[in-house]
Amino acid sequence: MNKPRAANPPYKLPPPLFDARCKACWFVAGLIALVVASFWSLDLQWAQFFSADAAASMGRFVGEFFPPDTSPAFLAKVAAAAWETLAMSALGTLLAAIAALALALPASRLHVHDAAWGRAPTRLLLNALRSIPELVWAALLLISAGLGPFAGTLALALHTAGVLGRLFAEAIENAPSGPGDALRAQGVGSGRVFLYATLPQVLPQLLSYALYRWENNIRAAAVLGVVGAGGLGQLLAFHMGLFHMPKTATVLGAMLLLVAFVDAASLGARRWMTR
Amino acid sequence: MADLSPRTAPTRDPAWLPRLFWSGALLVLLWPLLVATEFKPWRLLEAESLQVSGRFVASFWPLAHSADFLRMVAQDTWRTVAMATAGVTLALGIAVPMALLATRVLSISALSGRMARGPFWLRQVVRWALIVLRSIPELVWALVFVRVVGLGPTAGVLAIALTYGGMLGKVYAEILESGETHATEALLRNGAGRIQAFFYGLLPASAAELTSYTVYRWECAIRSSVVLGFVGAGGLGQQMDNAMKMFNGGEVATMLLVFMALVALADRLSAWLRKALG
Repeated sequence: MNKPRAANPPYKLPPPLFDARCKACWFVAGLIALVVASFWSLDLQWAQFFSADAAASMGRFVGEFFPPDTSPAFLAKVAAAAWETLAMSALGTLLAAIAALALALPASRLHVHDAAWGRAPTRLLLNALRSIPELVWAALLLISAGLGPFAGTLALALHTAGVLGRLFAEAIENAPSGPGDALRAQGVGSGRVFLYATLPQVLPQLLSYALYRWENNIRAAAVLGVVGAGGLGQLLAFHMGLFHMPKTATVLGAMLLLVAFVDAASLGARRWMTR
Repeated sequence: MADLSPRTAPTRDPAWLPRLFWSGALLVLLWPLLVATEFKPWRLLEAESLQVSGRFVASFWPLAHSADFLRMVAQDTWRTVAMATAGVTLALGIAVPMALLATRVLSISALSGRMARGPFWLRQVVRWALIVLRSIPELVWALVFVRVVGLGPTAGVLAIALTYGGMLGKVYAEILESGETHATEALLRNGAGRIQAFFYGLLPASAAELTSYTVYRWECAIRSSVVLGFVGAGGLGQQMDNAMKMFNGGEVATMLLVFMALVALADRLSAWLRKALG
């Protein structure tokens, strides 16, 4: 008689919880160690945060936000700051796109026989630009550009140039090489090969990268001012520092509106483009 | 008879007129932006400002490398990583329950046509809460919490936890809904509970994607925990801010290098982990 076999032979034990050859076990163990060490080494003041005292001060803090300051003079000031934020992000992204295109050319291998001497050093530069956040750039640039939106614009441009430069270089390297090869075989110089063969192919992709970064940069520009680089952030830091809570609430509201508007606009634009 | 002679290439760009026009139009549009951002690059080249920035950049070398300073940098680097890790861990505490609440796939009433009104509104409210949490920048949360709990890492951890909780929750819900849902549906139809359906149907299908997104966000959190230091949340950012205010170029340069190394390391680690997860 053939007995039907059980799917799991009953004598088999479940696998051990930890096995030196199991990569996932090591990963989980390392993760737990990292989390425990983090909480253990930071002197987090939960007692203070969850105390009645902190709750009361939090409540008072939020209570002071209301009613927000809606006097026309202040609203005009907030609107000007919001426009400044928008202008900073737009100009910063534009400058970044130009710089990124200029850096992406030496950072990419344009054709198979391109020696591309500058590729490694330019990529290093792009990585350095990219790994320093906008706010740190802004704090550094305040020293030479002074307080105000100009430092913020440059900071956005520098960080974004790093991000876009890498994306642009990747797009240029991945473009189909046929049209460029055809021109090169005719003896056309590399400058015109780029302008008439490579650029038209990758331009839509470059534009969409730049627009995507613009969206990010509006969020970033809103808070850049906290270190003194202009826009809504500067207004926020100023009024919060002086405990003008109703005015702070208005600025916060404007910031949220701006971010929500940008999100909705970009979602709409993407839906419209992919339709 | 058709003209078979080879055409000569035009000597100038055939589309030069539109190009010129659009470049001019762009410049006109650019003008208000330049005014609003006080775009005066020549200010960088004024003798006074050149002198100040020249002195600051010149003081980058030699890098600060006294044993005391290096020990302090090492400690603050660890604090930065710890702040990011603790923040993301707490963010998971917000994100996982909210994502479970917001997932439409786990709705039992939706199995038979439309979702009932109560669960529908519950899901909608949770979604809105996630969006609000996510759309307030972490720097603003940190500014608020610094007022309440005082200077220190607590404010930074809370700020990261709230913002990243919103971000992770929203994306988790999207990942869960975009995956293969037939197994989950079959389990629910056959009488499994929602938690059972999640653990045996939904989670195995998208575990790799969820983990890899979490690792990526952890990498972002390291970057933002440095930024949070600038408003007083401790760590590398705060030391950098102090050194900049003292015009101590050597210390700034060392910390920038350490920070770049940290970001590159986190980048590598997360790329490797995500590749290993497949």
